[in-house]
Amino acid sequence: MSTLSFRNVWVEYGDQVVLERINLEIDSGTFLSVVGPSGAGKSTLLQLILGQRRPTQGSVLLDGKPFPAEPGPDRGIVFQRYSVFPHLTVLGNVLLGYELAERAFTARLLGEPRRKAIEKSLALIEAVGLDQHRDKYPSALSGGMQQRLAIAQAIAKHPRVLLLDEPFGALDPGTRAQMHALIKPLWRDLKMTIVMVTHDIKEAFGLATRLIALDRVRHDPQAPERFGAMITYDLDLTRDSAVPVLGFTKAEAKSGHKTLERN
Amino acid sequence: MNVAPGRGARIILAMLPFILIAIIYVIGSAERRAANPDDKLLPPISEMVETSKRLVAEPDRRSGDYVLWTDTTASLQRLALGLGIAALVGLTLGVAIGLLPVAGAGFGTLVAVLSMIPPMAVLPILFIIFGLGELSKVVLIIIGVTPMLVRDISLEVAAMPREQLIKAQTLGASTWQVAIRVVLPQIMPRLIKCLRLMIGPAFLFLISAEAIAADAGLGYRIFLVRRYLSMDVILPYVAWITLLAYLLDLALVLISRRAFPWAHEREAR
Repeated sequence: MSTLSFRNVWVEYGDQVVLERINLEIDSGTFLSVVGPSGAGKSTLLQLILGQRRPTQGSVLLDGKPFPAEPGPDRGIVFQRYSVFPHLTVLGNVLLGYELAERAFTARLLGEPRRKAIEKSLALIEAVGLDQHRDKYPSALSGGMQQRLAIAQAIAKHPRVLLLDEPFGALDPGTRAQMHALIKPLWRDLKMTIVMVTHDIKEAFGLATRLIALDRVRHDPQAPERFGAMITYDLDLTRDSAVPVLGFTKAEAKSGHKTLERN
Repeated sequence: MNVAPGRGARIILAMLPFILIAIIYVIGSAERRAANPDDKLLPPISEMVETSKRLVAEPDRRSGDYVLWTDTTASLQRLALGLGIAALVGLTLGVAIGLLPVAGAGFGTLVAVLSMIPPMAVLPILFIIFGLGELSKVVLIIIGVTPMLVRDISLEVAAMPREQLIKAQTLGASTWQVAIRVVLPQIMPRLIKCLRLMIGPAFLFLISAEAIAADAGLGYRIFLVRRYLSMDVILPYVAWITLLAYLLDLALVLISRRAFPWAHEREAR
């Protein structure tokens, strides 16, 4: 079980407190949505997991161990834009992950290993429905297809945690629905932990098994930067459980449910 | 604004100003010859063709060389060496400065200051240090061109979306791998674009250096025959240099299109 834990995490940029008192345990296999208004530190939370940013206080642990403070292959990411490499074809983009892992100096594969890597890449490209476009450059793909490619590329390395930073934010509603239909089975089959930041509440509820909301609850009118965002809601969205609000464990919520029924 | 010429019309329109200039020259030349049969300033085209034939096809009486070809090889060799080394240095330093904050902090200011040194001002120093041979001319081109390349490449690398570098790292790339598989290929079209712009300055430095001290070269020849007011040599040489520069530019465009089709897809639309 890979668990991602936040232990009393604070993030500050200079005087500005962005996140405060974040305590969070994310079980392996969770599909976690993070929602909240702009500037509530959603992307900062993602950057913490990515290792791009260090917490000012507290610690972020993967399986109880702190991870290196730089992005690595155990955590994949799909950004809203610029996720794919414009100078590589669809196949080249997916292939790159394998090439980087196996040849430290040249980062290129030749012969038999290359054939094997191409086979694996093609399977992934087919899984995201891009097999017709394997030799195209990203600039010839639509926004939705580029995001499909970015997903294929990210899961090629079997990351333990896949981070999605508003991945479907720039897509039209129809394409977005297609992407939802794509990501859910992928998540189920690969048993990854997914952390998705989104602005779309419907998407957040529709895809995730757990949802947290970040918001600034405390305000100081004289010094608005002194209080950061905290987790204001933490909802379990799996089918057979009650929805626990912050401060309730699942068991308490269930017993609470029963008392209601008795009345 | 909305009227676009077709392919044939485009070629005719492009040729038109050249033809016009040629006609004006011919008229001017005839006019001056009519007034003074010994005029040297605007030799008629027939005379220039005659001289060009001699330069191209007849060995020089003194040295036995075919003058134009000797000059062209000498100059192009210097130019290619200079531009090639400048591109290599510019690429390496530019990527390092743009990608690695440590290198940026270390070299960034140095390059910014060095790029302000007028290359022609250090030419005497080069002649003193490297002598009057090939090396000083090549070094002058390198000194003149490299700082521009370094600055442009490093800015371009720094302007690359952070997302790409992070994405590459999440795919397991080391810094070296990011540099050679993500940054380098994406920066190559930009390097070629820069080199195209630097062809002009490179020729400027080359011809200046040749004018001062050389025993062969396009610039050397022009400045040599200047003493005899040989416009019939100078004008064809200038045209020839221009043609060479133009062809070099064209070659770079074609290389870029062929090698980096993804960078030109947007232009085609």
